[in-house]
Amino acid sequence: MSSLSPDIMQAVRTFVSENFLFREDRDTVGDSESLLDANIIDSTGVLELVAFLEEDFGISVADSEIVPENMDSIESISRYVERKRAQEAA
Amino acid sequence: MRAEDFLIENARRAAHKIALITETRQLTYADLDRESDRLAAALRDRGVSRGDRVIIFLDNCWEAVVAIFATLKAGAVFSPINPSTKADKLAFVLQNCRPTAIVTLRRLLPVARQAMQDAPSVKVLVSTGSGEAGDSIDFADAIATASAPVTRPAGIELDLAMIIYTSGSTGVPKGVVMTHQNIVAAATSITTYLENTADDIILNVLPISFDYGLYQVLMSIKVGATLVLEKSFAYPQAILNVAEKHKVTGLPLVPTMAALLLQMKSLKPGVLPTLRYLTNTAAALPPAHILRLQELFPHAKLFSMYGLTECKRCTWLPPAQLAQRTGSVGIPIPGTEAWIVDDDGNQLGPDAVGELVIRGPHVMKGYWENPAATEKVLKPGPFPWEKVLYTGDLFKRDAEGFLYFVARKDDIIKSRGEKVSPKEIETVLHALPGVREAVVIGVADPILGMAAKAIVVLEPGAALTARDVLRHCAQNLEDFMVPKSVEFRLELAKSENGKIDRRSIAAEFKEAAE
Repeated sequence: MSSLSPDIMQAVRTFVSENFLFREDRDTVGDSESLLDANIIDSTGVLELVAFLEEDFGISVADSEIVPENMDSIESISRYVERKRAQEAA
Repeated sequence: MRAEDFLIENARRAAHKIALITETRQLTYADLDRESDRLAAALRDRGVSRGDRVIIFLDNCWEAVVAIFATLKAGAVFSPINPSTKADKLAFVLQNCRPTAIVTLRRLLPVARQAMQDAPSVKVLVSTGSGEAGDSIDFADAIATASAPVTRPAGIELDLAMIIYTSGSTGVPKGVVMTHQNIVAAATSITTYLENTADDIILNVLPISFDYGLYQVLMSIKVGATLVLEKSFAYPQAILNVAEKHKVTGLPLVPTMAALLLQMKSLKPGVLPTLRYLTNTAAALPPAHILRLQELFPHAKLFSMYGLTECKRCTWLPPAQLAQRTGSVGIPIPGTEAWIVDDDGNQLGPDAVGELVIRGPHVMKGYWENPAATEKVLKPGPFPWEKVLYTGDLFKRDAEGFLYFVARKDDIIKSRGEKVSPKEIETVLHALPGVREAVVIGVADPILGMAAKAIVVLEPGAALTARDVLRHCAQNLEDFMVPKSVEFRLELAKSENGKIDRRSIAAEFKEAAE
């Protein structure tokens, strides 16, 4: 698998930590940690995340893509964004 | 009949039928019966006796279903606790109902242990999940090494079956006490009007610590149906995929879930063709959402319902009435009665607003060891031996007897369908150094229904940010109670006697929203 863009990862990490992490009693989240299992994200959090991805990365997120495989960790979100950008640029 | 008979009878009748489907495991009725027998024996072996309380501090996992039935088979009483509950509140519950055992997740062991420090009653700690069990008993080991299953009967149907903690307007949780008879009555009544059968496949994402979610388990097993148990509605598409895969026929909703479904852009009418019914309770669906749900699921009946933990469910609207009585929550559930009274207890006629009173075999026996709170809601009924439930909710009825919710009498906020006590949040806010005064009100929210908003006055020189306040709340409250927003003010409106004027502050936001 190709390595992920550090810029995308950093932007996603910053968004997650600024918007969700402070609600939990912790300061960091692992890049591959499940946000749902760690209780970091809930249903309104997912909506906020999708709005952030659409605005900041200029991608359009389909309902069918809002699934844990694409959205459940900093890594999976970043991979999804990269794939979408490549698709939409093509 | 006792509640565990739901399982025992269906295991005898349809041993190989799938009872439960979770992400990690499928269990037949025979599996569920056998494993709950073994866990019951394991609990008994370690000192759990008839009438003892067992805390089920788990998320929506198959182990929770096994633990519920195991507790009942041991003749004990289960109390389901939301897995996002923090140690202080759990400690309150442990001191209040003095359980003998706790069944929890590995990741929640630190919370459980902290809460147990001042709870000497807890002798058995069972945990499940990945990671080390430490000094707790591993769930799988307990089942594997249990002695012969417990011999029945372990009690009669008048015995206590469960305690469900609910938020009160005073900010102190109260344990709603339900007997086996209460559960059997409520489950029978509800499955009657939903016309549930063994052919149903019910998808539940509501927490089983919440009675609406818990009853999906109890009712599905009562009718011998299949329950698909999921942990979260955070990814609605993922849940729809699960529903489609398992050909789900029943989908219980709260308004927040309906709002999340309806904001999906790609959902087309006719999705989930196997769906036979949808239910909604906990708060009213906006009429526009009712219409759109009917468009999306044209073959499914939509049941608007209303209830409270103290009697499980009060009313249901027959789906055929939905078009002409969109705002109504219907009629009393089968086998029960409801009426509306004024402040002096006189029954009111059509269109008059008063408090809803409920009578039936589903009404709780009281709040656990809290006679003062019990007396306020359970009052003498038509016969000297019986009590009826004063709901604390203001209602009116039309000429045909259909009921309409008007407002709550207290300050409780309904957010994501769960009861949020402003007092409980305010108590937490006042414990944060730098906060001088705080009030919590409910504001309209398109997804949550109502969202809790904290309005805070800081001590001079305090430099707290909204994030600091929310973090503090998240550390001390269940997830659904954490306010959505914080506003800082220099002072709060006061009434003549110097108390914070919650109503006038709430009214400001109501006007702003209109």
